[in-house]
Amino acid sequence: MSARHLHDYWVAFRTIVTKEVLRFARIWVQTILPPVITTALYFIIFGGLIGERIGEMDGFRYMDFIVPGLIMLAVITNSYSNVVSSFFGSKFQRHIEEMLVSPIPNSVIILGFVFGGVARGLSVGVAVLLVSLFFSPLSIHNAGVMLVVVLLTSILFALAGLINGVFARTFDDIAIVPTFVLTPLTYLGGVFYSVSLLPEFWQGVSMLNPILYMVDGFRYGSLGASDFPIAVSFAVIGLFIAVLYTAALVLLKRGIGIRS
Amino acid sequence: MTPALEIRGLRKTYKNGFEALKGIDLEVAPGSFFALLGPNGAGKSTTIGIITSLINKTAGEVRVFGHDLDRDQQAVKRSIGLVPQEFNFNNFEPIGEIVVNQAGYYGITRHEAWRRAEHYLRELGLWEKRKDMARTLSGGMKRRLMIARALVHEPRLLILDEPTAGVDIELRRSMWEFLRRINTDGRSIILTTHYLEEAESLCRNIAIIDDGQIIENTTMKQLLAKLETETMVLDLSEPVLQLPQDTEIPIRQIDELTLEADIQRGQHLNDLFRTLDQAGLKVQSMRNKANRLEELFLRMTRNEPEPSHLTPGAEGAAEQPENPQ
Ligand SMILES: Nc1ncnc2c1ncn2[C@@H]1O[C@H](COP(=O)(O)OP(=O)(O)O)[C@@H](O)[C@H]1O
Ligand SMILES: [Mg+2]
Repeated sequence: MSARHLHDYWVAFRTIVTKEVLRFARIWVQTILPPVITTALYFIIFGGLIGERIGEMDGFRYMDFIVPGLIMLAVITNSYSNVVSSFFGSKFQRHIEEMLVSPIPNSVIILGFVFGGVARGLSVGVAVLLVSLFFSPLSIHNAGVMLVVVLLTSILFALAGLINGVFARTFDDIAIVPTFVLTPLTYLGGVFYSVSLLPEFWQGVSMLNPILYMVDGFRYGSLGASDFPIAVSFAVIGLFIAVLYTAALVLLKRGIGIRS
Repeated sequence: MTPALEIRGLRKTYKNGFEALKGIDLEVAPGSFFALLGPNGAGKSTTIGIITSLINKTAGEVRVFGHDLDRDQQAVKRSIGLVPQEFNFNNFEPIGEIVVNQAGYYGITRHEAWRRAEHYLRELGLWEKRKDMARTLSGGMKRRLMIARALVHEPRLLILDEPTAGVDIELRRSMWEFLRRINTDGRSIILTTHYLEEAESLCRNIAIIDDGQIIENTTMKQLLAKLETETMVLDLSEPVLQLPQDTEIPIRQIDELTLEADIQRGQHLNDLFRTLDQAGLKVQSMRNKANRLEELFLRMTRNEPEPSHLTPGAEGAAEQPENPQ
């Protein structure tokens, strides 16, 4: 690949990311505000009202325990839904064709959409973090781990959203996975409890849930406590990213859902 | 010279088994203004889709300025600007950004992209609206937005798929003017249409496609010359008293003040007028009965066995009168 190509691809990548950011920023009332309000409610209800009666979880105040999980929940759902709606929308209104006729490699299209999703995921993540400061002091055990885990998780779910967008044919199709897969997995992924509370059998089942490792890794970065070694979290996330990225590349190359 | 577009044995069978292109060959010279004419469903958009990488071909070869679509797709993409048949921009994106982003996909940096966007949006009368959302534009403006977007990376070949569908007459003329101008500046243009008038008034070269096959590929002039018979409608200034009999050019009376004459290739209007003169008939005005292209087109797509009309390069064609209007 020549320097000229690299330059062109870099410009194309920036163009897609900027376009994606402007898209969700223009409709911030639909994209940024709702998750912030929802999480604020979680803090008030679970952390404040119910949490007082729960007492400690893994040696932390319940409110402090759920903050990392709720941030991750927001990052996961927003990274995912940004890409799935944007990609599906661009198929629906056909402006995906603007990219398909131009000389952008599929990898750059994928990265552009994914980092658009990451921008939304992290924006909402930061907003939720700011809200959490009203309820719980910010605790940072290892900022590097926190950042890397949240970034990789965001990339992972943006990729998953892209794949959902490739297959989606109707607006229903873009809601099915978030509602029936993503939300349950996140709730069961240790956002509200430590898996060590579960009976052994359900602990085993939970360990098949990849989101568990992400929430756990992030909680380690924040609180310094975790159910698994941090290396396991990184390995799981890395593996999923590699698989999803390859799948996305194959789908775009074959033109699934975008080229007849 | 390397053709702007070269297509060999192009086939497309859609997933449902429908064969939309049955092996077409096409060559478009550089700098030409080329029409791909055909009725709805003939395969025009399918052909354009394949050239522009929006549709996968089933078989055949496509070369754009010598670049092979299979081997050097990027070079092909850089050479082409597409104005598709259906609107395909984000309705909720500002017009200026649509054009600038398109430039970005080709690696053109933002500053330069805005400079070019301004140039083309001004030329097409949309610069004042650059901050408006695309959905607020009228049909004609949307079409022009897509033209600006297609030109922003300065492609050597501009392809327009039914560009004047839904554009009113006046705007259509100014769009034609614009296209003529950029063609004169050296850009090759291919447009598809099912409006015959459009092809006739704009294009020097033409291919006719029907049912997934190219049934004619020639210059507009030769195509028109292939019509063996032209029917002229003559409006008289005084009622007919007696019709001349046994004339070499058959003359029919339609009503008191109207005659029709069938002129064969090789016959001259002078002879017709001499005959009419001798019969004491005064012609007020004269016109073609039908758009010749239309007639030809209908005849061809009806698959009537008239091989003599279709043989290219028939001698004597030059003697056929040019459009007398
Ligand atoms: N995705 C598709 N699947 C099946 N058939 C298609 C598809 N797209 C177009 N066709 C059919 O292929 C034929 C050619 O279509 P098209 O190229 O759009 O024609 P034109 O542009 O000349 O009107 C039509 O009969 C159309 O119904
Ligand atoms: Mg068409």
